[in-house]
Amino acid sequence: MSDYAHPDSLVSTDWVAQHLADANVRIVEVDVDTNAYKEGHVPGAYGWSWNTQLCDTVRRDILTRRHFETLMSETGISNSTTVILYGDSNNWFAAWALWQMKMYGHADVRIMNGGRKKWLAEGRDVTTEIPATGSASYSATGPDNSMRAFLDQVMAAYEGRSHQMVDVRSPAEFAGEILAPPGLPETCQRGGHIPHARNIPWGMACNEDGTFKSADELKALYTAEGIDGSKPVIAYCRIGERSSHTWFVLKYLLGFDRVSNYDGSWTEWGNLVGVPVERGAIAAKV
Amino acid sequence: MKVENHSERSLEIGGWEVNLRTYQIGETFYCKAENISPGATIARSTGANRDEAEKRAIAKATERLAATRRLPI
Repeated sequence: MSDYAHPDSLVSTDWVAQHLADANVRIVEVDVDTNAYKEGHVPGAYGWSWNTQLCDTVRRDILTRRHFETLMSETGISNSTTVILYGDSNNWFAAWALWQMKMYGHADVRIMNGGRKKWLAEGRDVTTEIPATGSASYSATGPDNSMRAFLDQVMAAYEGRSHQMVDVRSPAEFAGEILAPPGLPETCQRGGHIPHARNIPWGMACNEDGTFKSADELKALYTAEGIDGSKPVIAYCRIGERSSHTWFVLKYLLGFDRVSNYDGSWTEWGNLVGVPVERGAIAAKV
Repeated sequence: MKVENHSERSLEIGGWEVNLRTYQIGETFYCKAENISPGATIARSTGANRDEAEKRAIAKATERLAATRRLPI
């Protein structure tokens, strides 16, 4: 069995349990369900809200560099801190946070394999105590936009067939049968997908317990759909968060060196006038 | 505190497959109805016992899923 390309990008729940009191480790929970942290979290963990603290709340954008530095400082994170991210829904939004931390040059940030789901399922200690606000010194670099795809780049990639494009939404969203995950507000005018994209739902990268599948399983999953890294890869979903999870898998677990997250995703493409859209489940392999 | 009585099961609500996850922290039972893919939480609730928490989550999820349209393709 082959190992992950960057096995140090993950830690186990056991590792976290053993490092709860490590002064150089900061644990941060980032959930889809922004109330989950308050129910109980890993002792000592900070909580970040994806819809207020991990985005620009005025423009549709990632955090500004200044706001990112402030968030790190207030979480007690310095440039040399080892940051462990975890969250619900198989670390979906933990990956979103990691993507931004990598863009702003944080050296040591990892994901707790299995996330909140595994920690809870293992019956481990939780607390409702919220750690004190920190005041660490932090200086970010970047953002490194090579990890991010913007609309003009995605359009050029589509027209030139220069990239492998992976749509990580559910098959029903990909096909255009629904415009958002069931139960969530519709946020686009048209359903379907970017022509030539392959559909590999993000959650297929995970096991039942929330941990990531093995390197061999992941390689087989993506290669079967033509996503093998021989060309640069663009991952997208509806709003760019699910695809940050796939971005993490492709870049850090499979070691693709040219992979970017199109965070404009379907809420951008599916609302544009005149762009090509394909419907239905099957697209020709590229 | 420790997490107790963690359970997970799938069920169909309004034609959609949903994952129902319930657990107890302290005196409170928490229940989440989530998209099976997995994905966003459709509904969340609390209760004094498992049955109460799950019934509330299922009721909320039923209401929200009813608003999801299936479009012809």
